[in-house]
Amino acid sequence: MATATTYGARDHARAQAGTRADAMPVVPARDWAEPPCEAGHLVWAETVAGGNYTHRVLARGTELRLTDLTGSACAHLLLFVDGRPWERLNVADTVKVQWNAHLGENRLLLSDQGRVLASIVADTTGGRHDALCGTSTLVRNVRRYGAGTAESPSPAGRELFKLAAAKNGLTPRDLPPSLSFFQGVRISEDGDVRFLGPAGPGASVTLRAEQDVTVLIANAPHPSDPQDAYVCGPLEVLAWRAAPTGAKDPLWDATPEGRRAFQNTADFLASRGIQ
Amino acid sequence: MTTSTASAPPAAPAVPATPATFTVAARAAWSSVVRAGETLTLTDLHGNQAVDFLVYDAADTTVRYSAPDTIHAQGGIFLTTGSVLLSNEHTPLMTVVADDVGRHDTVGGACSKESNTLRYGHHTWSQHACVDNFLAEGARWGLDKRDLVSNINWYMNVPVEEDGTLGIVDGLSAPGLKVTLRAERDVLVLVSNCPQINNPCNGFEPTPVEMTITAAHATHEGRAA
Repeated sequence: MATATTYGARDHARAQAGTRADAMPVVPARDWAEPPCEAGHLVWAETVAGGNYTHRVLARGTELRLTDLTGSACAHLLLFVDGRPWERLNVADTVKVQWNAHLGENRLLLSDQGRVLASIVADTTGGRHDALCGTSTLVRNVRRYGAGTAESPSPAGRELFKLAAAKNGLTPRDLPPSLSFFQGVRISEDGDVRFLGPAGPGASVTLRAEQDVTVLIANAPHPSDPQDAYVCGPLEVLAWRAAPTGAKDPLWDATPEGRRAFQNTADFLASRGIQ
Repeated sequence: MTTSTASAPPAAPAVPATPATFTVAARAAWSSVVRAGETLTLTDLHGNQAVDFLVYDAADTTVRYSAPDTIHAQGGIFLTTGSVLLSNEHTPLMTVVADDVGRHDTVGGACSKESNTLRYGHHTWSQHACVDNFLAEGARWGLDKRDLVSNINWYMNVPVEEDGTLGIVDGLSAPGLKVTLRAERDVLVLVSNCPQINNPCNGFEPTPVEMTITAAHATHEGRAA
């Protein structure tokens, strides 16, 4: 198609519409082929390529399912309260308050303000996730893979987070330690980090937003992944309208620390006029 | 043309001449620049006193201690002699060059009024906490809440069980035990001498600690090596 003129260039661009890629958002989300919920409730449907990132603001009560399609994705995650990003995921409080370093079903993701940002409501991996090792950096990816910038074949998770943050008005100062899903890590008695690796193709974890949150996701190899090559498969991201955890839900009362976190959250939202 | 004083950065506290020794009172905050090659020695004067600690690249405080980078680079969660404190850009900030204790915490983070309400109950709300120390001391250097990240707890003992269960248990330290860190570049160090009284991290009684900055190529006592 001739692109020497503005009319030709316009026709050329418009002719690309309808092209399908392995990694892309489906817009509107309700057009996703096999929704895990009532079709009309889907609000976000995307496949994120390995070495890429995505981000959204999710309303309180939205459920977010991440799926490791090939058994080689690693979803690095950060959460910020929408509009008040200085309240954000605090990994140290998350593991300390809940007396456990592992992530899995019924675990809460806590902010630095003693409140719940999200809860983990389903997990098919048996907890093969990681709260301790964070994500990869440019310096380390250059050393390990020869490159680490976002445009390189081996982008570092932190470089991807910086871009996702910038699109939400945030800077590298705003990026605390992150969580990662699908590439498990365990700690031995002497404190050594043991890399478990993936749970397998199709593994999924579902989070529920307990406040309006900005979600940043980087899909990049775990920093302790022992493979020489940069291997990172596609990550499926689906989100749908649902309800936040309420006082009658078992999760609300599952632990005394969690109950106080839900109570703090409800109290804070009530004083802002949010029910 | 005049410069708006409102936009001027806060005047940073002076960098101390070495050797310099500071006693940090129980429950108090402390901070200093430590220049490349200098060492900072922490002394647990009375034993079992957790010292919450953050370190920044003094030339660019967006580059700051990263617990996860430090953990995955050394392949373990405990700090001791030889541990390199890495930044969020995976660059070395300080190295542990001597340690009388053998195990320090990278996982538990700082206590706060907010997290205390979850861990112990709302009756603890009025108790002083490390995050308040970090906020107040950091503000002297132009840092704010966004600059606080998961910190080191010197002398704090936080084992992790096979099922992931972790907790702050009785400390391993004793009166007079030291940890010595060498600055790998000019760094800014923020310290909160932990005021927590609801768990054993301070033996339920916060006590003073001592900080000594020693010139490059000198020993703890300031003599040429």
